[in-house]
Amino acid sequence: MNDKLSPRAKLAVYALLLVLMIPFVFPTWWMVTSSFKPIGEIFSYPPSLLPTSPQLDAYPQVFEMQPFLRQYFNSAYIALLVTAGTLGISSLAGYAFARIRFPGANLLFLVVLTGLLVPSEVTIVPLFQMFNRLGMIDTHWPLILVPIFGAPSVLATFIMRQFFLALPGELEEAARVDGLGRFAIYWRIALPLARPALGAVAIFTFLHSWNLYLEPIVFLSTPSNFTLPQALTLFVDAYGGPMWNVQLAAASMTAIPVLIVFVLAQRQFIEGLSHTGLKG
Amino acid sequence: MTTPQQVDRAPARSTSPPPPRSRFWTTRRRDQLAGYLMITPQLLGFVIFVFVPLILVVWYSMHEWNVLAGTFDFVGGDNYQRLRDDPNLPGVLRATGLFSVGLVILNLTLALLLAVLLNQRLRGTVVFRTLFFSPVVVSLVAWTIVWRFLLQDNGGINGLLDSIGVDGPNWLRSGGTAMLSVIVVQVFKNVGLNLVLFLAALQGVPRDLYEAATVDGASRWRQFWRITVPMISPTILLTSIITVVGSLQVFAQIAVLTQGGPGNSTTVLVYYLYQQAFQFHQFGYGATLSVLLFLIVLALTVVQWQMRKRWVFHER
Repeated sequence: MNDKLSPRAKLAVYALLLVLMIPFVFPTWWMVTSSFKPIGEIFSYPPSLLPTSPQLDAYPQVFEMQPFLRQYFNSAYIALLVTAGTLGISSLAGYAFARIRFPGANLLFLVVLTGLLVPSEVTIVPLFQMFNRLGMIDTHWPLILVPIFGAPSVLATFIMRQFFLALPGELEEAARVDGLGRFAIYWRIALPLARPALGAVAIFTFLHSWNLYLEPIVFLSTPSNFTLPQALTLFVDAYGGPMWNVQLAAASMTAIPVLIVFVLAQRQFIEGLSHTGLKG
Repeated sequence: MTTPQQVDRAPARSTSPPPPRSRFWTTRRRDQLAGYLMITPQLLGFVIFVFVPLILVVWYSMHEWNVLAGTFDFVGGDNYQRLRDDPNLPGVLRATGLFSVGLVILNLTLALLLAVLLNQRLRGTVVFRTLFFSPVVVSLVAWTIVWRFLLQDNGGINGLLDSIGVDGPNWLRSGGTAMLSVIVVQVFKNVGLNLVLFLAALQGVPRDLYEAATVDGASRWRQFWRITVPMISPTILLTSIITVVGSLQVFAQIAVLTQGGPGNSTTVLVYYLYQQAFQFHQFGYGATLSVLLFLIVLALTVVQWQMRKRWVFHER
């Protein structure tokens, strides 16, 4: 499949790729450009690729209709906390399961792995009741604690373990000769080497938290506590119809930070995911 | 002044491993303790946020739970009887199955096609790969909102169809096309992930296999089915498991695009569960639906694991 293609075949492949690319690229392009269009032009046939008279009207409206800055901050700090917490928990556990022999390690690892079989949707009713008892409904605690400690971090632990399994044992023996204990070996030797795995885990954990939708709408009820995905759908007019230019402006603003990071760190992004073989 | 510890350790630098601090706290014991301490946060989290809720959801499913009246009565199997007799359930399960099957077939086919195309020796494949991957990083709800606009009656898709003289349907509001629309939106969002996995797998196929096959006069099509597919079958299995399990969890797309409609045609199990528990406050019945969801995920995972023996050609 890898040998040289004839010029004709090359052209066919390029043409096919270009056509197939449209539904992948056009929606994002259209989202960003339309947010600069007046509402009338959004509905024009055929759709214009660039706004004819670009304007910023929709953007201030985003902030007037909802505490959007606050919501932005909520999403960002929750995602950052969850990412940091997951990295800590999963690298510790992943390291222990990979490198330390202790009675019951295999059994405990299997037990933790069963967490992968339990989609968070299955446990949302009891989790809601648990947090309700604790008076944590309409706070961010459920959105922070569950991903860090619950099923999503099991995936992270699995990836970290796979990585640590491949570390050469001589490194640790050398560290041990130097008198380092287990935690020091983990912290000073293993963790710095695990940067690629940590990067992959960080990326998919951040994306996962940034995209959460069911959990916020179940746990949160006050607009100033909302996260971005939840807020996006609420830019509606008095009749409940979506205000398209405002909604698209808000949607663009939520997509842009991740897109920028993606463009800057595109290699690590894609390769990290392909190494781990996992979905964000 | 030296502490006993330092005295203890000093000679250890020349020999390995270091001698124990005391007879009880041998290196091995300290190591084991470190192991247990390091897995404790994960283990505690697993118990509190996975194991206990899983037990509770089964417990709740045996109760009639009236939030307004504050009652919580044991009813045994009543909720399961209700599940069996629920007139909506066949439709919900059909929608869930339709979504999963449609998604897996379209997603894997498109991902494999794109991966094979991008695996050719061509300039610019990295750019293409990036562009095909880019929807993965666009926030899910933002992506869905744009598609909702494009698919509405007077939206962009119908605008395009109009320009070639075709009168497009109201994609999200007619029974025949709503499910298809939801699937397609999801496929374009996530194909990039499977594409990357397939590309990595394709690059791992030894080239001399193709060379030998070419010498033997095998056509490209034959090479694809006889060499490529068997060699990357572990990845096909992995992506299909990820995609199927992911498809059962779809929620935001349904909530934003169709709210389960028209009728119940796009009400998948998670959406139905959400409606019952959090819109109608039927927590007991919601818990019963959760148990059903769990059993389906469990069964599918077991089936796919069994299939591994049958058709995965080799394992790394």
